[in-house]
Amino acid sequence: MNTMEFSKVNTEDIAYLKDLCGERVFTGDAIHEDYGHDEMPEYGVHMPDVVVEALTTDEVSAIVAYAHVRGIPIVPRGTGTGLCGGCVAIHGGIMISTARMNKIIEFDEKNLTVRVQAGVVLLDLIEESKKRGLLYCPDPGEKSATIGGNIMTNAGGMRAVKYGVTGDHVLGLTCVLADGSIIETGGKVVKDRSGYDLKGMFVGSEGTLCVVTEALMRLLPLPAYTMSLLVPYESVEACISTVPRIMEARIVPTAVEFAQREVVLLAEKSLGKTFPHKTAPAYLIFSFDGSTQEELSAAYEKVADICLESGAIDVFISDTEERLESIWAPRGEFLEAIKSSTDEMDECDVVVPRGRMADFIYFLEELRKEQDIRIVSFGHAGDGNLHVYVCRDGMDKEEYAKKLQTCMQAMYDKAKDMDGKVSGEHGIGHAKREYLAQSLSPEEMAAMKAVKQAFDSKGIMNPGKVVYID
Amino acid sequence: MKIIVCIKQVPSVSQVGIDEETGVLLRDGVQTKLNPYDLLALEAAFLLRERHGGEVVAVTMGPPQAEQAIREAYYMGADRGYVFSDARFAGADVLATSYTLSQGIRLLGAFDLVICGKQTTDGDTAQVGPAVAEYLGIPHVAWVEHMEGADGGIRVRQDLPDTCETVFMKYPCLITVERGALVPRLPSWRRMKGLRERPVEIFSFVDFMDGDEGKYGLSGSPTRVIRMFPPKSSDSRETWTGSGAELAERMKSKLQEMKVL
Repeated sequence: MNTMEFSKVNTEDIAYLKDLCGERVFTGDAIHEDYGHDEMPEYGVHMPDVVVEALTTDEVSAIVAYAHVRGIPIVPRGTGTGLCGGCVAIHGGIMISTARMNKIIEFDEKNLTVRVQAGVVLLDLIEESKKRGLLYCPDPGEKSATIGGNIMTNAGGMRAVKYGVTGDHVLGLTCVLADGSIIETGGKVVKDRSGYDLKGMFVGSEGTLCVVTEALMRLLPLPAYTMSLLVPYESVEACISTVPRIMEARIVPTAVEFAQREVVLLAEKSLGKTFPHKTAPAYLIFSFDGSTQEELSAAYEKVADICLESGAIDVFISDTEERLESIWAPRGEFLEAIKSSTDEMDECDVVVPRGRMADFIYFLEELRKEQDIRIVSFGHAGDGNLHVYVCRDGMDKEEYAKKLQTCMQAMYDKAKDMDGKVSGEHGIGHAKREYLAQSLSPEEMAAMKAVKQAFDSKGIMNPGKVVYID
Repeated sequence: MKIIVCIKQVPSVSQVGIDEETGVLLRDGVQTKLNPYDLLALEAAFLLRERHGGEVVAVTMGPPQAEQAIREAYYMGADRGYVFSDARFAGADVLATSYTLSQGIRLLGAFDLVICGKQTTDGDTAQVGPAVAEYLGIPHVAWVEHMEGADGGIRVRQDLPDTCETVFMKYPCLITVERGALVPRLPSWRRMKGLRERPVEIFSFVDFMDGDEGKYGLSGSPTRVIRMFPPKSSDSRETWTGSGAELAERMKSKLQEMKVL
């Protein structure tokens, strides 16, 4: 179904939804302007025709079943913290907000699982797990995102090096399919080879295959000890080249982050706090956790030595709450700091093999000089995922648009040359569709379209996202 | 310039159990760290040393394992360190602790400046710094948020509840420091590797000039803890739903009812 064939939401549709969800249905001016965009309004503002704040799986099921019959687009949305327009209603239709489905249903401490509604906020799940001595492993930077949103984008975050991404911790999902039917896939089992891995298919599908309403997530015992290292370098090359050496030494830190001085200074300004070291051109930040002090010391001492052997200026040890805060608070501020440093920006979330990261950063330096535009980056050095921001800085709008297009194309082309991928963790949404299409082989794209077709033959599930269906 | 910094190990977690019968903190098995305000004191000392030269000497009172605190000060940048340790120093209150520290400092010879953290995060009295100065007979200013060396002394800005006051003191003197713009440097792995063998000297009761046991430890402590208990905490929460305007109005009434507004 193409755009032209979607049905417009009419008064009967609204009456149906109001009958179902009462005052939790919003139309016209009653829809808050935030529902028109995510964290990147640069990609356009598109208001849905109606927003429904769902409370239960049954309600979601009834809404989707109705929309299926009527041919109305369905756009699921959590707290709208995405960065590529994934939860924006570019074709209008019904937006299902899961923000009020925010109950943590059950902690099962025998099976180390937690069942949540899709709208539970990441920070709440982390904190509630911590209170029980449990670790919710995924650690995306945006803590006000919902678990449903994290699953739909397969959000990564800093601990991905050791613990993997959100999808690695999904044990089961309750989903509403495009015709409104409800399925429970996966469960409280550690192993599952019973047919196709549907939950694996739904993870990262950005609402284009189903609406997730509940999730069963894996937990781990909370590590008793955590510490970090802040490592300054005289050059980006020495800095990035350390990471493969650590992997070669068979040590897996919890997180390995990369930052250049420019971003550190922006974060300082934005937070009004001073970073513990700021004279070096480039930094690595490591995080470690473990169940004993000895285990932790063994790992970090080895890493510290490798850093020095690789040309680090020094290695600074952060082993208390205050010291961790002094490093990680500015790190958590990087994105906002870059945003507030300019009037407009666009981002690129490429991921390249870890061994090519330094080359990619050098390429960015060249691109910056060549295009004469400010390009700022930071990233997850441990997994090769870079966040790159092209800043307008008051440039003429047309000139910026032209340069931005050139830079984005050059970055995605370069990533492809390096066997990298379009998005490490932010997803495709509607903003990165073209680049995804360019990066995949026709066969792989056809397979993706076939999946979309199989689950959503009418094309009503979050249309215009990830893949085009003509 | 010789700067002496008083430091202390404190529990590294905010939730420490209390034996409700004896009122004693249950420290066994609890990880320790340097008192966060003492890290600021060390940083202030390092910055003054960078500007004016000299040495930074860290001192602490505690059991022999308090040596670890001195080692950490070495790894941050301290030049020398001493532990004042003796079974007779145990159980000291503010008065006896201050006296012990002042006696220990007297053993270190002439100095220009003593820096303490504003307070510790376990005792929270904020009295030890000024009391040490009184015992040493030197001027002191507490709650210092900014300092700079000046001719023969130090110019400091004191953060008082309603005002800030700038004070000049001649050396020798003592200050206790607030956070201000100070960001403590982190311990360095290079220093740690190079200074593992650097000695930490221990002074005990027999080294002190005042041999009156009644001034140290429990017997020198007039303070008696009658009862100690964890503060009440509550996780209770209310969830409201409604329009933004309704919720704002309700929030205002609630805050007024709680006397917050």
